[in-house]
Amino acid sequence: MKRRSFLTTAAAAGVTLAAPRLSLAQNTRVLKFVPQANLSSMDAVAGTQYVVRNAAMMVWDTLYGVDSTITPKPQMCEGHEVNADFTVWTFKLRDGLKWHDGEKVTTRDVLASLQRWMVRDTMGQRIKASLDALEAVDDRTFRFRLNKPFSKMLFALGKSNAPMCLIMPERIAKTDPFQLIKEYVGSGPMKFKADEWVPGARAVFERFDGYSVRQEPASWSAGGKKMNFDRIEWIILPDSATASAALQNGEVDWWENPISDVVPLLKRSANIKVDIGDPLGNIGTLRMNHLNPPFDKVAVRRALLMALSQTDYMQAVAGEDQALWKICPGFFTPGTSLYTEAGGDLLKGPRDIEGAKRALKEAGYNGERIELLVPVDVPITKAEGDVTADFLQKIGMDVNYVAADWGTVGTRRAKKDPVDKGGWNIFHSWHAGADCINPAPYTALDASGDGAWFGWPKSDAVQKGIADWYAAPDLASEKAAADAINKASFENVTYIPTGFFLQYTAWRKNVSGIVKAPFPVFWGVEKA
Amino acid sequence: MLAYILRRVLATIPIMAVVGLFVFSLLYLAPGDPASIIAGDQASPADIERIRVALGLDRPFLIRFGAWVWDVLRGDLGTSIFTNMPVTTMIGQRIQPTLSLMAITLVLSLVTAIPLGVVAAWKQGSSIDRFCMIISTAGFSVPVYVIGYVLAYVFALDGFELGIGFFPVQGYTPIQDGIRPWFMNLVLPSIALGMVYMALIARITRATMLEVLSQEYVRTARAKGANQGSILFVHALKNAAVPIVTVVGIGFASLIGGAVVTESVFAIPGLGRLTVDAITRRDYPIIQGIVLMFSFVYVLVNLGVDLLYTLFDPRIRY
Repeated sequence: MKRRSFLTTAAAAGVTLAAPRLSLAQNTRVLKFVPQANLSSMDAVAGTQYVVRNAAMMVWDTLYGVDSTITPKPQMCEGHEVNADFTVWTFKLRDGLKWHDGEKVTTRDVLASLQRWMVRDTMGQRIKASLDALEAVDDRTFRFRLNKPFSKMLFALGKSNAPMCLIMPERIAKTDPFQLIKEYVGSGPMKFKADEWVPGARAVFERFDGYSVRQEPASWSAGGKKMNFDRIEWIILPDSATASAALQNGEVDWWENPISDVVPLLKRSANIKVDIGDPLGNIGTLRMNHLNPPFDKVAVRRALLMALSQTDYMQAVAGEDQALWKICPGFFTPGTSLYTEAGGDLLKGPRDIEGAKRALKEAGYNGERIELLVPVDVPITKAEGDVTADFLQKIGMDVNYVAADWGTVGTRRAKKDPVDKGGWNIFHSWHAGADCINPAPYTALDASGDGAWFGWPKSDAVQKGIADWYAAPDLASEKAAADAINKASFENVTYIPTGFFLQYTAWRKNVSGIVKAPFPVFWGVEKA
Repeated sequence: MLAYILRRVLATIPIMAVVGLFVFSLLYLAPGDPASIIAGDQASPADIERIRVALGLDRPFLIRFGAWVWDVLRGDLGTSIFTNMPVTTMIGQRIQPTLSLMAITLVLSLVTAIPLGVVAAWKQGSSIDRFCMIISTAGFSVPVYVIGYVLAYVFALDGFELGIGFFPVQGYTPIQDGIRPWFMNLVLPSIALGMVYMALIARITRATMLEVLSQEYVRTARAKGANQGSILFVHALKNAAVPIVTVVGIGFASLIGGAVVTESVFAIPGLGRLTVDAITRRDYPIIQGIVLMFSFVYVLVNLGVDLLYTLFDPRIRY
């Protein structure tokens, strides 16, 4: 039996549900939520896993938040002052901020948290590199003094991309930034119940009565984070058919990421609402190793661009539902201000298999075996890997399909060795659209060679574009920089975008207030 | 007897040492490590390397192995790399669901499989025999997860609108929160998990009973006018018990393996799921702790089986 048909059958049950029965998730003060993955740790500074970030955002607050227009807004801060050349930034905390243990939030905590975050985050590292002083003015006021202008400070402090600038008590923030924290005291709207945490099965969050809610309306990570639940229980259900059945049966209230196979069934259920979860979606990626032949030659990489069909990838990843995907001949998130298709012509129009074959020959491809790493335990990368294997064979490449789990691929892709010594040629991943809205959180865009993300692309033009974006004083200059980055990235083929896709989220109809956002927003959600 | 038990318990020490060395070596040689998983997909190679160093994963094999053995000898199975929880605490959180699942499965399997096997042997070649064997063949052939999904469809989601969908689809309720919800959560998983076990026991019971029923003392019992029930369940079954008990013991290993799948399908937070999660994340201390524990339990089960032999067959002496 095929996986899809099996899942469909297994998930079909609730649609024909005869009579409602006493639901386990009926308590209106308790929300039962099925996250995208297991919550294996709680440190969104040391790690970049989205599921960890999503949980951490309830427990720890940020100095600034970013709203649905990607505009930074004050959150823990009352406001800020900045000098004319963006080198002196002074912030003041709101009055009355408290930790979950009842202690007051002070600038000592903030400074320790910033120090830890600046080691791990790319924007933080830029700030740290030009830092003359980070100092406490008083218990509620602190100041950055920089030796170079940094106009994007508020976005850096408020972005929801991991590593996030989460503010922790000083004693926790002093943890080595490369080790996971061991205590989970924050100042966010929910307390983490470490005593009820059963990793791999359940995580519990309890409302923090001492939370000081802002008066503005909530918008993504900005505004008033008003919690309408006493408890939020994360139920880890790794099996999609089980999660689907649990939602239909009313045993859970909200499933963050239903796989596309079961979405048609959920849509037919009278008690379930299904909608796009994250409007910024995801960009699929085919990542080549620029150190190993044949992809050390730019002409070989460009030959792939001629024949690669994003449609094939997106149909494999997101299915036939065209509301879920689109062609994306660009590196930035479609629908956002920096999106551009400059230089992306080779990815458009009819695919040219014969042309690619000729281009490969002319580029000197000598029939080297392509080591294609495919994490088969992740449906998205498995689908991408299958399409790539087929596509490379069509253009005459010799492919070795290496099926492995994500943990194995995650380690092997870090090897810079030649293929015959354990190296690799291609792997797949995808980037959340929220990480691709601009160059700051966009690790995969970097083309600095040795220091770049896996594959280690090197392009001075891309790096210049990124530097120009950081220095850009206004949106027009930022757009110009994005055009240059996009064009240079295609010229160098730092990686190949395989398309833009969205994912659904599903919830019981007695739950309201769920908004489209790059992460599950729990504030403002209610249950009848 | 006591000396025998003591000898067998002491014999577990070298077994555990070999298991420990084997598991540690296997994990050391296996590709992948937890640093890249902690760091997440977007982390840079340099960050991953720093995390590896911070976790001590760059240390040589012998140093890591020595440190682990030293901790184990002091009763410390280590701490989870991800959650910072002691492995013993994590195992403690998960042991009740798994023990409950296994206990109900065991009881359910024994009370159905043994009568099934006995009746099949008694009515050898009849339609009852064929029916029993079809059931046991199906139990062997259909994967646990298929049985699990079908049971959930019919008895939890009321797939055929028969009004019998009164079981929860997933989860586990601790026994201290009420016997009824505890039991209701475990009925479907136990049936799913128990099918293979039941099939195994039913088949071995039938085969052994067929041999025993052809013995002369059975004919003698019949000649003396003993009733059929007494012949089957007192005289014959007791003498057929040794191979059945052996299979029950051996089947315990398959029960552990099946629990991994069953716990995933029904989202039961037991040791099976903990094992899978730990392997996926390369959480070495947990994997090592669980394998050690399961090995120890398996050795104890085998010891229990050996001791049961003396109960069923007084000729056996240790």
